[in-house]
Amino acid sequence: MANVLTIAEQREGSLKKVSLEALAVARQLADASGGSVTTVLVGAGVAGLAATLGSYGADKVLVVEDASLQLYTTDGYAAGVSAAISEVKPDIVLAGHTSMGRDLVPRVAARFDAGLATDCTDISLGGDGRMLATRPVYSGKAYEQVAISSDPQFATIRPNSYKARDADASRSAAVSAVSVALDASNYGAKVVEVKRSAGAKVDLTEANIIVSGGRAMKAADNFKILWELSDAIGEGCTVGASRAAVDSGFAPHNMQVGQTGKVVNPSLYLAFGISGAIQHLAGMRTSKAIVAVNKDPDAPMFQKADYGIVGDLFQIVPAVTEAVKKIKAEG
Amino acid sequence: MKIAVIIKQTPDTETVVKINDAGNDIVGTGVKYVMSPYCEFAVEEALRTKEKLGGEVVVVSLGPDRVLETIRTALAMGCDRAIHLKDPAYEGGDGQATAKALAAALKTVSPDIVFAGKQAIDGDQSQVAVRVAELAGLAQATIVTALEIAADGKTAKATRRSEGGGEVVELKLPALISCEKGLNEPRYASLPGIMKAKKKEVKELKPAELGLEGQVGAAGAKAKRVKLLPLAERKAGRRIEAETPEAAAAELVRLLREEAKVL
Repeated sequence: MANVLTIAEQREGSLKKVSLEALAVARQLADASGGSVTTVLVGAGVAGLAATLGSYGADKVLVVEDASLQLYTTDGYAAGVSAAISEVKPDIVLAGHTSMGRDLVPRVAARFDAGLATDCTDISLGGDGRMLATRPVYSGKAYEQVAISSDPQFATIRPNSYKARDADASRSAAVSAVSVALDASNYGAKVVEVKRSAGAKVDLTEANIIVSGGRAMKAADNFKILWELSDAIGEGCTVGASRAAVDSGFAPHNMQVGQTGKVVNPSLYLAFGISGAIQHLAGMRTSKAIVAVNKDPDAPMFQKADYGIVGDLFQIVPAVTEAVKKIKAEG
Repeated sequence: MKIAVIIKQTPDTETVVKINDAGNDIVGTGVKYVMSPYCEFAVEEALRTKEKLGGEVVVVSLGPDRVLETIRTALAMGCDRAIHLKDPAYEGGDGQATAKALAAALKTVSPDIVFAGKQAIDGDQSQVAVRVAELAGLAQATIVTALEIAADGKTAKATRRSEGGGEVVELKLPALISCEKGLNEPRYASLPGIMKAKKKEVKELKPAELGLEGQVGAAGAKAKRVKLLPLAERKAGRRIEAETPEAAAAELVRLLREEAKVL
């Protein structure tokens, strides 16, 4: 029997999509083994989200609230999550592999002297009822399967690897508070400001569709045609860039997809003027569908693409934008 | 300031990964090993910190003989001395076993600030640095793109990357900083630097000297690789041929909607 605890991530009172995806994984593991799913929710004034977590699969929600938890803080959140783990004693702890997950989960796993598989794309139960986690290694050039001998077993999941369940309003979770003695004056690190990057509506790692440009974009200004296409596609879409484009100064590093940039996992990845260097492929090869547009018919990206067009991106991109607008208008 | 930097040697980014017959590791022959790129940012930031605030920079790295070359690279860039955790007993560790060894080695240094890469590009685990912070009782800021340390060396302000932007974190030292691309431009080792590096101290520490016998490497690992698997090769798909860019675009959008169902 696998009892699973998920760590819900909320930012400014909104739940992250990956937290609902983690709930879908937890539900699968618990249902397959007759276990239950508990979610720990940490923040200030967030208890209202417990009902949502119930509708997405949590049987029980533990709420840790404190004024000092308004913004993410390593020490406060680690204390809250650790208290929930001590109370529930779960077999498996799941969270999203996000900037918060990467900061928080290894800290908590170390506190419990426990093993952790990060950035997993698949999690199942082995014949022994223990977790079998599959995760990309060598920047996505291979996969490894990991088994963990400690209790609890920790894992973080890569955003977009699982589909969240449909919300079921008839499901409700039992909600209770966890009391933790917190002293904010002892926190070693405190977030004092949250910055929003201009332009991007959705982060690359969370985007459902990515429009990406390479060296062939020729100039930073030309990225505006990619943003126009992204706008036409709409919500859940954003713009990325190859390392060559970033190194040429056409795009900032936070837009870089690849081994030394972001690893992305969208449903659709459109690569315009990206040759397909091994470093770039490492960052986007798990995309469900890939489109390559390049002047060079021998560009390696064509070997990885589901659909390819040999041609001038400066003609193709605006044409795709128009075609997308047309089908969106038709509904 | 006592400054420490944790580094890892990894295969170079251009490495073509081949899986061994046992299906549990890559084939090591012909692989070029380098300092993991994010560790280069960590070394650079450590050196800049020393240049501003004085003190010494101690490099700590765990791994077999070949790691010495990467340690020498860090020393050639300007680090002062090194600790090499080299012993067969360290091999095969998971994040926790490795972090225990590194945290214990750091204790011999008592650093005010520790730098590490945000992740190493082989296992891509992004967990060792954070575990070290927990086990060594350090505050932490991870995935850092900008850092300012107060002149008195007691506090720091770090900007960390997060989805959709960033967070500015105020830290009390001692603290660990995990470094992201964009933090700085790492320097190259100079020729005099390379010459000097040969004479700098590299101290080896065994598990027994850290009081960690039986707790490091494979013996201490809680997470174990069951199998290493190749990627399912993507098959090249379809070329869309059309008379005009408009016709090609229309066909692409139709296929994405009707066949791939992603639009």
